[in-house]
Amino acid sequence: MSSSPRPPAIETIELSKTYGSGNTEVIALRKASMTIERGEVVALLGPSGSGKSTLLSAIGLINPPTSGLIKIDGKVVMDGPKALVDLRRYRRERLGFVFQKSNLIPFLSALENVLISLSISGIEGRPAKRRAMELLDSLGVGDRAKNLPSALSGGQQQRVAVARALANNPSLLLADEPTAALDSKLGRQVMELFQRIGHDNQAGVLVVTHDQRALDVFDRTLYLEDGVLSEHKRTPKTSSVCKPHLDRE
Amino acid sequence: MNLAIRDIKYNLGRFSLTAVGLGLLLMIVMGMGGIYKGIEEDATLLIDRLDSDLWIVQNQTRGPFAELSRLSPSVEDRAQTVPGVANARRFVTHTVQREHLGRPIRISIVGLSWPMDQGDWLPIISGRPLRQGHFEMVADRTLGLAIGQQVRLGKDIYRVVGVTANMISSGGDGLAFLTIADALAVQFDSVGEATRLERAARRNHAADTDFVLSQPRMLERADLPAHMIPAIGSPVVSAILVNLKPSVDTEKVKSIIDGWADVTVYTAEEQRQLLLQGPVDRARRQIGLFRVLLVAISAIIMSLILYTMTLDKIHDIALLKLMGAKNRVITGLVLQEAFLLGGIAYILAYFIGKQLFPFFPRRVIVTTDMLVWLAFAVAVICVIGCSLGVRKAMGVNPNEVLS
Repeated sequence: MSSSPRPPAIETIELSKTYGSGNTEVIALRKASMTIERGEVVALLGPSGSGKSTLLSAIGLINPPTSGLIKIDGKVVMDGPKALVDLRRYRRERLGFVFQKSNLIPFLSALENVLISLSISGIEGRPAKRRAMELLDSLGVGDRAKNLPSALSGGQQQRVAVARALANNPSLLLADEPTAALDSKLGRQVMELFQRIGHDNQAGVLVVTHDQRALDVFDRTLYLEDGVLSEHKRTPKTSSVCKPHLDRE
Repeated sequence: MNLAIRDIKYNLGRFSLTAVGLGLLLMIVMGMGGIYKGIEEDATLLIDRLDSDLWIVQNQTRGPFAELSRLSPSVEDRAQTVPGVANARRFVTHTVQREHLGRPIRISIVGLSWPMDQGDWLPIISGRPLRQGHFEMVADRTLGLAIGQQVRLGKDIYRVVGVTANMISSGGDGLAFLTIADALAVQFDSVGEATRLERAARRNHAADTDFVLSQPRMLERADLPAHMIPAIGSPVVSAILVNLKPSVDTEKVKSIIDGWADVTVYTAEEQRQLLLQGPVDRARRQIGLFRVLLVAISAIIMSLILYTMTLDKIHDIALLKLMGAKNRVITGLVLQEAFLLGGIAYILAYFIGKQLFPFFPRRVIVTTDMLVWLAFAVAVICVIGCSLGVRKAMGVNPNEVLS
């Protein structure tokens, strides 16, 4: 008897989001369907105003969709605007976030910024400290553990932010333009970091980015324009794109 | 991990300055309450210390603290004869302003009924009570007079033999205790020409009265000092203080004395209430109202500071919410900071006040009740300030981190 396969980290089914109504109605997402498996590292491209942040905040259980389903680890958590689970608990236990800016809490050291994430999940004391140090060491910032964010470089800050996002072993890591504030070399390093995290931790990773130079590190690329989600297909050298609609499994 | 402590350590300079500022504000609130209490205490201090059961004052007046009361000293003898009276003594009080060592000095003079009352009951911090019938004085330390120092009052010079603490009149002037005779001499001191004119006027006035017409020898006495000629002179003491024997019914004795047509009598408590409702009432109410305003202003300022402190952290709070932090983590952060700020400000207010209040020109009395009340007020203000901040924090959309 073969064991049943692990459910996808995230699955959205015909996710739509509309802001306003009547003359002021704006459709930010139009029936966006996608699946990210565990261990899969996916990029999300799209011009400004295309709905990337709306999609990310919907998947991140921050901003509910107007209609459609969101499944995390195979469980339906949102049915349209209706939450079927404790969203805060799901965010705490299943999701990790990395942002354009590191968004580290300025009055906490690098170590404490990771520890706070563990503390929120109820993990405290020595096990928490061990886990936080392991993460910081694995991301190459273990030696800066006691420094405040203001004493870290942009790249180091972003690594600490990644460590914080990974602290609870999330099944899905969401990153919103995490390399926008970094130079190209550092940006690529961070993208490679996501690739490693996705593959090593068996977490689904969705990275919103404008930087097409590092697309080769991703397993798949999605494209969003005018609220319509599609799959990018790129040639290895040019990274040129075509945009067929995403086939749902 | 205590987020509040870490945030405070990170913003230590700003937090400290805010705490000092709030501490000074609370100190003013505390001081205003202390001044209010001081006025009340100072006003009734003499009545309490003199410890008499009844106050006999001029008929239809409310006593020497409310208005001018002039009473014949012979009332003292009359009072002594009332059944149940242990003793009666004369009381004189008036305020003078003189020049002393090149500076103006306001003295509220109290006459002690020498030799029965030598001021042994006074709270003397150095020196001794009065030990001779003339030219000695016990002065309050607020007058700035040292033991052995000599002060000219009228035609005589008085030597300071004792210094008291916290003996202040209802007007805020330091008290000086002299014998009754000396107090009257100071009160009725006048230059030679004025005395001569007064005697001539008295003689002319006496010559027309029936009393002197029937007893012509009385006219010779018109040339004596006023307090030595009770038959025709003006009443000179401010009040007669009566102490009763143990277990004697105060109301009964009072009703007997009340029957005399030339006097009005009050119990010590009535005299106390008359004083509080009379001369000090307006000052008390003014300071009371100012204090209420100050508390309201402090509450607004503190609430705004606490609210602003929350606003400063709104992005971090949004992040914590995004990470799935429970409400109590966020509420705890806001509440702990507010109470730490309020607590530190309160402690600062207490210690700064303790150092500064003794230098205030009027007594500032900070009682335990007042400290408890202020602590409670600070706690309520913290809760109000926090509730605004917490409400804001709870309403933060985690989405703000993405923007």
